Amino acid sequence: MDKIPDNRAWWLVLPVFLLVAFSALIPLMTVVNYSVQDIFGPGQAYYVGTEWFKEVLTDERLQASLIRQFAFSGAVLLIQIPLGIGVALMMPKSGIKGSLCLILVAIPLLIPWNVVGTIWQIFARGDIGLFGWAINEIGIDYNYTGDTVDAWLTVLLMDVWHWTPLVALLCYSGLRAIPEAFYQAAEIDRASKWAVFRYIQLPRLKSVLIIAVLLRFMDSFMIYIEPFVLTGGGPGSSTTFLSQTLTTMAIGQFDLGRAAAFSLIYFLIVLLISWLFFTAITHADKEK
Amino acid sequence: MSLMLENLSRTVDGVDYVRDANLTFEAGSFNVLLGRTLAGKTSMMRLMAGLDKPTEGRVLYNGEDVTGQSVQRRNISMIYQQFINYPTLSVYENIASPLRLAKMPPPEIDRRVRETASMLQIEPLLKRYPLELSGGQQQRTAMARALVKDATLILFDEPLVNLDYKLREELRAELRDLFRERQCIAVYATTEANEALALGGTTTLLHEGRVVQNGPVMDVYRAPVNTLAAQLFSEPPMNIIRGRVTDTEVTFDEHTHHELTQELAKLPPGDYWFGIRPSHITLAPGVGDDLEMSMEVALSEISGSETFMHVENSHFEMVLQLMGVHQHHTGAPLKIYLPMSKLFVFDGNEQLVHTPSRISGGAG
Amino acid sequence: MAEIQLKSLAHSYSASPSGPDDYAIRQLDHVWHKGGAYALLGPSGCGKSTMLNIISGLVQPSEGEVLFDGKRVNELSPRDRNIAQVFQFPVVYDSMTVYENLAFPLKNNKVPAAKIKTRVQEIAEVLEIEDKLDKKARNLTADEKQKVSMGRGLVREDVSAILFDEPLTVIDPQLKWKLRRKLKQIHEQFDITMVYVTHDQLEASTFADKIAVMYDGQVVQFGTPTELFEAPNHTFVGYFIGSPGMNIVEVEKCQGAVRFGSVEIRLAPWQLDRLVDMKSNNIKIGIRPEFIEIVPAKSDDTYEAEVRDVEDLGTYKIVTVQLGDQTMKVRQDEEFNASIGSQVNLLFPGQWLMLYADEYLVQEQQ
Repeated sequence: MDKIPDNRAWWLVLPVFLLVAFSALIPLMTVVNYSVQDIFGPGQAYYVGTEWFKEVLTDERLQASLIRQFAFSGAVLLIQIPLGIGVALMMPKSGIKGSLCLILVAIPLLIPWNVVGTIWQIFARGDIGLFGWAINEIGIDYNYTGDTVDAWLTVLLMDVWHWTPLVALLCYSGLRAIPEAFYQAAEIDRASKWAVFRYIQLPRLKSVLIIAVLLRFMDSFMIYIEPFVLTGGGPGSSTTFLSQTLTTMAIGQFDLGRAAAFSLIYFLIVLLISWLFFTAITHADKEK
Repeated sequence: MSLMLENLSRTVDGVDYVRDANLTFEAGSFNVLLGRTLAGKTSMMRLMAGLDKPTEGRVLYNGEDVTGQSVQRRNISMIYQQFINYPTLSVYENIASPLRLAKMPPPEIDRRVRETASMLQIEPLLKRYPLELSGGQQQRTAMARALVKDATLILFDEPLVNLDYKLREELRAELRDLFRERQCIAVYATTEANEALALGGTTTLLHEGRVVQNGPVMDVYRAPVNTLAAQLFSEPPMNIIRGRVTDTEVTFDEHTHHELTQELAKLPPGDYWFGIRPSHITLAPGVGDDLEMSMEVALSEISGSETFMHVENSHFEMVLQLMGVHQHHTGAPLKIYLPMSKLFVFDGNEQLVHTPSRISGGAG
Repeated sequence: MAEIQLKSLAHSYSASPSGPDDYAIRQLDHVWHKGGAYALLGPSGCGKSTMLNIISGLVQPSEGEVLFDGKRVNELSPRDRNIAQVFQFPVVYDSMTVYENLAFPLKNNKVPAAKIKTRVQEIAEVLEIEDKLDKKARNLTADEKQKVSMGRGLVREDVSAILFDEPLTVIDPQLKWKLRRKLKQIHEQFDITMVYVTHDQLEASTFADKIAVMYDGQVVQFGTPTELFEAPNHTFVGYFIGSPGMNIVEVEKCQGAVRFGSVEIRLAPWQLDRLVDMKSNNIKIGIRPEFIEIVPAKSDDTYEAEVRDVEDLGTYKIVTVQLGDQTMKVRQDEEFNASIGSQVNLLFPGQWLMLYADEYLVQEQQ
């Protein structure tokens, strides 16, 4: 719809331009700049072209951590999305119970990441942690600092505890937006609970699920603080995920060129996969 | 004070919303835009208000070109289908809001709000909030807000469509009375011919963005310029059938023909379209010349005081508007009678050539 | 198919209703007979949707019983009552195709696939949407969606009744009569009990053989369209049916007549007889604008009134006249002519002059 043109409105957009420039473009250009140079010290930078990228892509340590990362993000999505939907479905629709439930579910989201790591570090300990102690007590040998599988499960469990509420809240709001008439119609059509879920709730949750999947993928793919606090990446490097590898590289070894190249690849992977998810879901049931 | 649309057009993505409109609205007039959904009523109102820019043409206000001027600078009120009120403000504050914006002194605001509220019979509701009101009361509030500020142009975009028909009847009658003394230009869009008739004033028939006919409501109603106008301005639509005039008679199909009446004898022989209003067809022969047709009942629609009977045969489909309740089963055979003296005649290009003689008014 | 009986039904949305104003439905007894086409007519907020939802089981009544063929069904959920309902806004399962939508209730009932196919095909043909079967339901127009909603009710051969809750609200005016016709045909063809809720008298009278007019939580009249028009049982029916509604004037008793202001209105002898032993002071007379005659000659039966307004509605005219301190509407044909301020003689034919006590019609005793 064309209104009366008044180009002065563009000035209002200017602050956003500046903000985006400072927050995203300029830092990103710095990284791009680093990724194609070898820097020895101030004023001692040499252009190396795609050298760093080649090196990064063939680095076995990085490859291993990339695979680990994919496995982790995959597991996170597979558990948290269905679980979140389930929790949302079970939450009361309204009233005081509904409000209470909302608050209870939202609590883990309010805790800072490093605190979450600390909580679980203690909670899961076999000697003084309630969780670790209880598991050992019922006869299962559990030690997340020593056993790879246990460490993995603990990191995963921590993430599920921390972030499933987000999925649940998103789905809850999506469910609330479904008009009552649909449930009434379904009941009159004698639809089973499963049919109601499959044909009414799920299709109408689609848009919030896209957001949930994207958020959870991006977040889990960049997970850093919680496993760092909980396991420090161990035992061995079994819970060392991409961002931790990157940090070690950039800060621990001060390998800026490789780290920059790696960052860019990392960024592109996130972008690519997010785009894939998005198009896959939005095109899933387009009319032929 | 007058509002003039000059060769006004608006095209969006190759679709004509309004095409070449030339209209003049005088102060103190009540103007009805009548047309089906998507006829261009809303688009035309938006152009008048300055909410949209015309692709071509000008909007003149008292002879002054206001085409590019923004809405805020014109003194306009608009009332929509949806009941639009500020939910967090009381009815009183809702009505007062345009005056507060105009920085009017509070005693004057109070006087005007109460006056307008009493005019629309919502004075007892002034302390309530919009969401506590019924649909009719909400729309009255929206109307009060539009009327309170003495706008020079008030636009109504199908304001009654979301109300129960009884409420519609009442508000329509009130509106007519409200505007009798006002010196503003009122423009009212509707899809219903009966509403246009009830509101009176001037009627502009719109179809697919074009002005089909424009004039005082009864002139337009009694002498529709073409078959389209005849059908638009009749609820249910005027029945139009094809026929041929020869030297001796007029033929509609092999079973349906009639000798020429005095009036029809004046027509040169050839093919014509004949129109008859649903209310003029009867189920029993009348006193004058009638054309008898054998039909089958498709559906009787009963409004209480009258029945709209849809009938059809292999050649024709027609609607009758009958007094009282007439229940017939679908498929029941029925003879209908069309009084020859009530026929409208349109030429091969569907332009009016003859109106029923009893009614004075320009034919042709 | 079933007969639906409502027995001393009452419903309040508040948990502890404190007075009659808290009730959406007050003390209601009603029977919808097997195979009938009925309408439930009333203004918004009169309780008609509540009644519909009580029949289908979406709402549990606070008091009273709902009986299907004499069997109490209060405790049964909608799915067990075998009721189909079409809502005001079309409800289609938008991720499914039209075919899947229509097949959905049958699939839920575990109907064999072959049977589903023929049945869906059959209903799609009746509704004239057979060319849309492969389309996704979300891409349909509003009237097509509403047809699909109706279709989901019609495909089930076992339904006790189909309930319609203002189903044509979102349909374009030009398409409305076609859908009304379709509904009527469907009723004639399938012979199912149908209850149609609406605030539109045209829709109600067109669709239904009998109409229940609801006002303030009660059914004030249940009758054919002709009965509602010619002998409204309640002043509200007089007002609500007909356009414009009935002229209703509050009157007081006087010797051999009733009176408002200085005008005395003569009544039929039996009406006067009934009036004598009536305790109430709430007496009204009513006459429809269509039944008042304007006659040229003054006589003992006429009343002199002043013309206040003549509204030309094309096919007829509505004349507003002042009689004493009351205004009345009179419907005249399009040839009528009178100048404003002139005097006319009104005739109230005895058979059309109704007498109301406490808002209900006073009838002749047999």
